Amino acid sequence: MRLKLAATAAIALTAMPMAAFADGEVNIYSYRQAYLLDPLLNAFEKETGIESNVVFAKQGLAERLDREGRNSPADLVMTVDISRIDELVERNLLQGITDNEILNKNIPENLRHPDGQWFALTTRGRLIYTSKDRVEEGAITTYEDLADEKWNNRICTRSGKHPYNIALISSMIAHHGEADTEKWLAGVKDNLARKPQGGDRDQIKAIAAGVCDVAIGNSYYYGNMLQDDNEREAAKTVNLVFPNADGRGTHINISSIALTKSAPNKDNAIKLMEFLSSAEAQRIYAEANAEYPANPNVKPVGMVAEWGEINPDSLSLQKIADNRNAAVKLVDRVDFDGE
Amino acid sequence: MSEAATSAHIALAQPLQIKRTSKRWLIAAALITAIVALPVLAVIYLAFFPDENIWPHLMSTTLPRYLLTTLKLMLGVGILALGIGLSSAWAVTMCEFPGRKYFEWAMLLPFAVPAYVIAYVYTSLLDYAGPVQTTLRAVFGWTSAADYWFPEIRSLEGAILMIGLVLYPYVYLLARAAFLEQSPSLFAVSRSLGHSAISTFFRVVLPIARPAIAVGLSLVMMETLNDFGTVDFFAVQTLTTGLFDTWMNLGNLGGAAQIASVMLIFVLVLVTLERYSRRRQQQFAARDNREPIRRFTMSFPRQMVCVAVCGIPVLLGFAIPGATLATYAIEYFSESWNPDFIQNTLNSLFLSSAAALTTLVIGVTLAYSRRLHNTRGMQVLMRLSSLGYAMPGAVLAVGVIVPLAGFDNWLDSLMRDYFGFSSGLLLSGSAFALIFAYTVRFLAVSAGSVESALQKITPSMDMASRSLGHTPGKTLVKVHLPMLRGTLITAALVVFVDCMKELPATLILRPFNFETLATYVYQFASDEKLFHSALPALIIVVAGIIPIILMSRSISNSRAMN
Repeated sequence: MRLKLAATAAIALTAMPMAAFADGEVNIYSYRQAYLLDPLLNAFEKETGIESNVVFAKQGLAERLDREGRNSPADLVMTVDISRIDELVERNLLQGITDNEILNKNIPENLRHPDGQWFALTTRGRLIYTSKDRVEEGAITTYEDLADEKWNNRICTRSGKHPYNIALISSMIAHHGEADTEKWLAGVKDNLARKPQGGDRDQIKAIAAGVCDVAIGNSYYYGNMLQDDNEREAAKTVNLVFPNADGRGTHINISSIALTKSAPNKDNAIKLMEFLSSAEAQRIYAEANAEYPANPNVKPVGMVAEWGEINPDSLSLQKIADNRNAAVKLVDRVDFDGE
Repeated sequence: MSEAATSAHIALAQPLQIKRTSKRWLIAAALITAIVALPVLAVIYLAFFPDENIWPHLMSTTLPRYLLTTLKLMLGVGILALGIGLSSAWAVTMCEFPGRKYFEWAMLLPFAVPAYVIAYVYTSLLDYAGPVQTTLRAVFGWTSAADYWFPEIRSLEGAILMIGLVLYPYVYLLARAAFLEQSPSLFAVSRSLGHSAISTFFRVVLPIARPAIAVGLSLVMMETLNDFGTVDFFAVQTLTTGLFDTWMNLGNLGGAAQIASVMLIFVLVLVTLERYSRRRQQQFAARDNREPIRRFTMSFPRQMVCVAVCGIPVLLGFAIPGATLATYAIEYFSESWNPDFIQNTLNSLFLSSAAALTTLVIGVTLAYSRRLHNTRGMQVLMRLSSLGYAMPGAVLAVGVIVPLAGFDNWLDSLMRDYFGFSSGLLLSGSAFALIFAYTVRFLAVSAGSVESALQKITPSMDMASRSLGHTPGKTLVKVHLPMLRGTLITAALVVFVDCMKELPATLILRPFNFETLATYVYQFASDEKLFHSALPALIIVVAGIIPIILMSRSISNSRAMN
């Protein structure tokens, strides 16, 4: 009998949808960790009284949004990596915001979708880390150099399939064409000191350990390691190189925000977008993860400023997204992640 | 002479079939299977409509390697889990040695540690900057990684070790339950006929326990097939990583569903092998609980061997990772302690209990229907219903979204058209979706173990009860369930702990502002902030331990109580 009661209660409880449609709310599907957003969402609530609800996941949110269709409770999607957001554009799940003065003023044209289907909030450079002890400054200055024989058995990187590396390879395809990029990637593979593994922080640790001398990684991982007592020592053994700074510029990727087609709280969602593009929020958001603000009026401060100016590659992000499939197949063809 | 020995019918030739029952059980089983198979069918449906045909590319590049690595991984983990599980189950059941009583339940502890967590921990312990290598360098005066050789934890062998260490409890649990249910007289008879203990183990004990062990082993294999966290972290390329790659990087869900379908074939083969292993063997052991198990008394060195056999897996699979997590958790306590904890823990407990209960009820229904109607059709139903176990969690999640969102949107349109109001999304994005996913995923666990235990109950029991005028339902409640108590508890426990650890499906299906402990750990771990995830990971482990201890006790008691 008690079991029966418990079962009935459980069924009654679970059948109640948890997403709310009340006034004063905004619902977010996020590929970004919730803890990076929390301080901002709290500030937003203080300012406007609008409460934010978040679902964070690395996969499947696009699928979920698509299947939920017109009834989806999600107002906003927040992503890291250009390809993720492009996928949503492709699947026709977003709506454009073209005439919003605040957003258009705060986010430069090259960092937003032509029809306002997404807006970048931060950018991050894909950099080269080099060993302070074993690599002279200036010995490596471009992505192209990574395939040079002199780095044989000296390079580390995470999986070639990781979105950050895929975006880099896509940008190489855009600049050099597929055939040359394939040669380059095969050259980089020949130079690897070990099978691609781990995350970007692990590459810095590998340099500290003497496993390799050169590695590829995003700017903010280095920054985050400097702020962590356990990882500071490893981070201190590397120099940051901004590749191709004197040429076409360093490859960058974005974290972005977009309004869904079905947004039930559209006005609140746009308010939040405006808020996140504002100088104050941009500062907090970029600093939370040692990234570069998308808003040109907000200058990086502290640590990120000390690394020096970044000269971003002006290649359109759309182009990078378009080459993604080709890049993934390239990684398979040269068996980049293999033994 | 006990009755047990005389009433143990070995190898009845004719299949178990109890005639003249109503079709009600069969209809229930068919209905359940239809609902549970929906997500799987949805995935197969998706496989027919990929965005582009990715097969030629995969076949010519990575797929052969994915397949080979997957097979190696499954084989390795299977052997390891079997070795640890059987030896320790036998030792704690039949041998007397110091600490035996504690090992009875301690053997299960690694089960509470998610494979991805143990992988994170050992990587941080064994990598270059970790304490092990740092100590070695200090002792031998080495200065860099180039000076010495050290095994690479991020490798296929490393993955086999990690996954094997946390999955062997499946084999241990089911083997031990089987050993406990065996009549000691059988053993005594064999010994009195001049067989050694070892020979008796292989000739009598193992064959009788084989169905249960086969279930345990196939669960281990399926879990291995399904692992994403560990292989991803170790850069070992299996079918699961290939599937994620096709979905996430090529944006080809259809292609991913095709790989999932290949994995389904793997599972069908596993299930078939498991059935085949007990095909020509149906035996019914009547348990006799009045007769206590007489454990061997052994020489001191042999006792120490038993301690090692049980101690080493617990040490490696639980004590070391647990202690490491605890150390990190204390160090980063102020940063990772926040009020969300209790809520997340309650969420995990609620979902896991609800799913454990659901799978148990459904599992018993299916297994019992099969006992009543042992037909081809019923066998097919059983197999269909267990397919969800083969689905990688993330794919299963998509499979769950398709029918639930479909239903919600259909109902919503209906309401809008006829009543002018919107019912919105009723089931998708609710806790129901999660419990449904867990049920689909873990039904194989409960149905499989209930079924193998039911097979050991002689049909004369059913016949006696039915001839006294009991309905099949009443017979189940009065006769079978009490006899199955240990098995039922075990099955519920396994599902509960599995749900506590489940990650990929939970991530995709969970409602707004809703975290389970696993998703909470993952948030930090996926961002390379392992230290911050130590505390919630520890809580998953602790939450998993409590039911393990409780239920393990009642399994031991079930022998004494009935």
